[in-house]
Amino acid sequence: MKSFLKKALVISAIALAPTAYAVEMTGAGSSFIYPVLSKWAESYKAKSGDGLNYQSIGSGGGIKQIKAKTVDFGATDAPMAFDDLQSHGMVQFPAIIGGVVVVVNIEGVGPNQLKLSGDLLSDIFQGSVTDWSDKRVALLNPGMKIPSGPITVVTRADGSGTTAIFTSFLSKASSNFKEAVGFGAQVKWPAASTVSGKGNEGVAANVARIKNSIGYVEYAYAKKNNLSYTQVRNADGVMVSPTAEAFAAASAGTDWSKFPGMNTFITYAAGAKSWPITGATFVVLYKKPENKSQAAAVLKFFEYSFKDGKKAASELDYVPMPDATVDYIRKQVWSQVDTK
Amino acid sequence: MMNTLESAGAPTLVAARIARLQRIQDFLFHRVTQFFSLSVLFALLGIIGSLFVNAWPALKEFGPQFFITPAWDIVNGDFGGLIAIYGTLVSSVIALLIAVPLSFGIAFFLTEICPPPLRRPLGTAVELLAAVPSIIYGMFGLFVFAPIFGDYIEPALQATLGQIPFVGILFSGPPNGIGMLCAGLILALMILPFIASVMRDVFEIVPPVLKESAYGIGCTTWEVVRNIVLPYTKAGVIGGVMLGLGRALGETMAVTFVIGNAQRISASLFAPGSSIASTLANQFGEAEAGLHYSSLFALGLALFFITFVVLAFAKWMLISMEKKQGLKS
Repeated sequence: MKSFLKKALVISAIALAPTAYAVEMTGAGSSFIYPVLSKWAESYKAKSGDGLNYQSIGSGGGIKQIKAKTVDFGATDAPMAFDDLQSHGMVQFPAIIGGVVVVVNIEGVGPNQLKLSGDLLSDIFQGSVTDWSDKRVALLNPGMKIPSGPITVVTRADGSGTTAIFTSFLSKASSNFKEAVGFGAQVKWPAASTVSGKGNEGVAANVARIKNSIGYVEYAYAKKNNLSYTQVRNADGVMVSPTAEAFAAASAGTDWSKFPGMNTFITYAAGAKSWPITGATFVVLYKKPENKSQAAAVLKFFEYSFKDGKKAASELDYVPMPDATVDYIRKQVWSQVDTK
Repeated sequence: MMNTLESAGAPTLVAARIARLQRIQDFLFHRVTQFFSLSVLFALLGIIGSLFVNAWPALKEFGPQFFITPAWDIVNGDFGGLIAIYGTLVSSVIALLIAVPLSFGIAFFLTEICPPPLRRPLGTAVELLAAVPSIIYGMFGLFVFAPIFGDYIEPALQATLGQIPFVGILFSGPPNGIGMLCAGLILALMILPFIASVMRDVFEIVPPVLKESAYGIGCTTWEVVRNIVLPYTKAGVIGGVMLGLGRALGETMAVTFVIGNAQRISASLFAPGSSIASTLANQFGEAEAGLHYSSLFALGLALFFITFVVLAFAKWMLISMEKKQGLKS
């Protein structure tokens, strides 16, 4: 027994011993990016020996941590305002793209069948359209048989980037929603029928269970739980289905140079193929980091992820950043970070 | 003669040294244990202090009305604690209404009626309920209980109790499964073992001679429990109920899963709501420094205060009851 313990100790000591000059980067924030980030970190560690310690504590927490300088980088689903970045001497860049989809539980309606518009979604989530037999639903779905039933709205209970992306889309698509509700990681949902679940899994579970409900989750959750996601009309007035190509088109349809500090949700982007509820997770860094070698390691890690991490991202139903955007990030953002 | 008598009990040099050593040991031991127990008090004061300091910006902004305002608008920075306080109290009261009679029945059965071979396994089973982590209750509640509850029990309630005028309002609205009533039921299940095991323990300490005398003059089991056991154990029973209430008020994870987390006060028990603990669990992670953050602390302060009042009330009731009994006998 004793010799076994000794052996185990020796083995773990060898396994855990840092290789020469290995760097341990630290990051914190968005839970949205966490699965792909850990995949990247794993393969990067195997290749370079540098490890990443990322704490998936939520976007708000990530911003708090980077402001407190306890981590090398923060990650947030809601981009930071340009003024805020400037005053703290920070820069941000999008690292991964993902889609949020609208899911419904209506008898006889399968995935990708129901068609909805931003206006209609805004009214459903505000509680002014309360039944699936509403004329406006039928108008968007000619020829489709939709049984009538009182709509239950399902939202996220916890503060979340998913909510930020979804409300950003609704605010852009409907000025009425922007005034009455606004956008943020947590908002006050006005519909009387609102039920809120904790996390994507909570929303998915509620929608799967409550008849005639409608909610929003990350694309991967809708796929995993076999929920009936819908088509949504985009900024160009085209009904689109949520696919990896549609998410990528949203990023391509965003002209980043128009937004100082890359401060934009990529929701409701231009382009006939763009999925309107697409979001990105932003990585936040200091321009003049206290520990330059750590910051250099972080940039090297994302350089690797952008180049060699595309397959891992697609496997997890994310969309890797398009090359054009990566080029922009390299020239406009990374050049500002002082690593020497 | 006197001298020898006086010196007879006097300690020898060695004994004196040992005594001195022991005095120092005693002194150190006293101080150390005193420090330990005082540190609990300091921790408590520290918690109250930090809660208050962090809650101050919200209390200053909204005033004492914070606790009676039903508002929670994060985007526009308008906060009030009433929704969460209401949810906490209502879900806990529902839990007590269900758990207390059930616990009483369990304790009654286990101590008075149960055949001895069954007593141990049944008692252990009840106590084991307390060992289930609360997150498990939450998952069970959301994925197993709520669907059954929403599909069968709520429609049944609506068809019966929901038809009674005035009372019917409590059972109106779409039967979604999750909501205030579901949270109360899950809470009842969670506090049941606490109340039941305390009740059973205090029922067992009733002197057999009292019960046997009662049986001797022809009392039924029910009469014995009503007139002998309950009056004898009143204090303990109330203590157990308060213990359960304390747990129900602060329960977080399980409630967060099934209460529906809507920032709204509804007359219907089927409607979703939120409790203080569920609001804190949901929103702390993403709360940015400012009014929102501070309002969450103010809610925490309210929860602290409510639990404190419940415990103080329980203590006060127990003391006054003991006094009354002392006067009577």
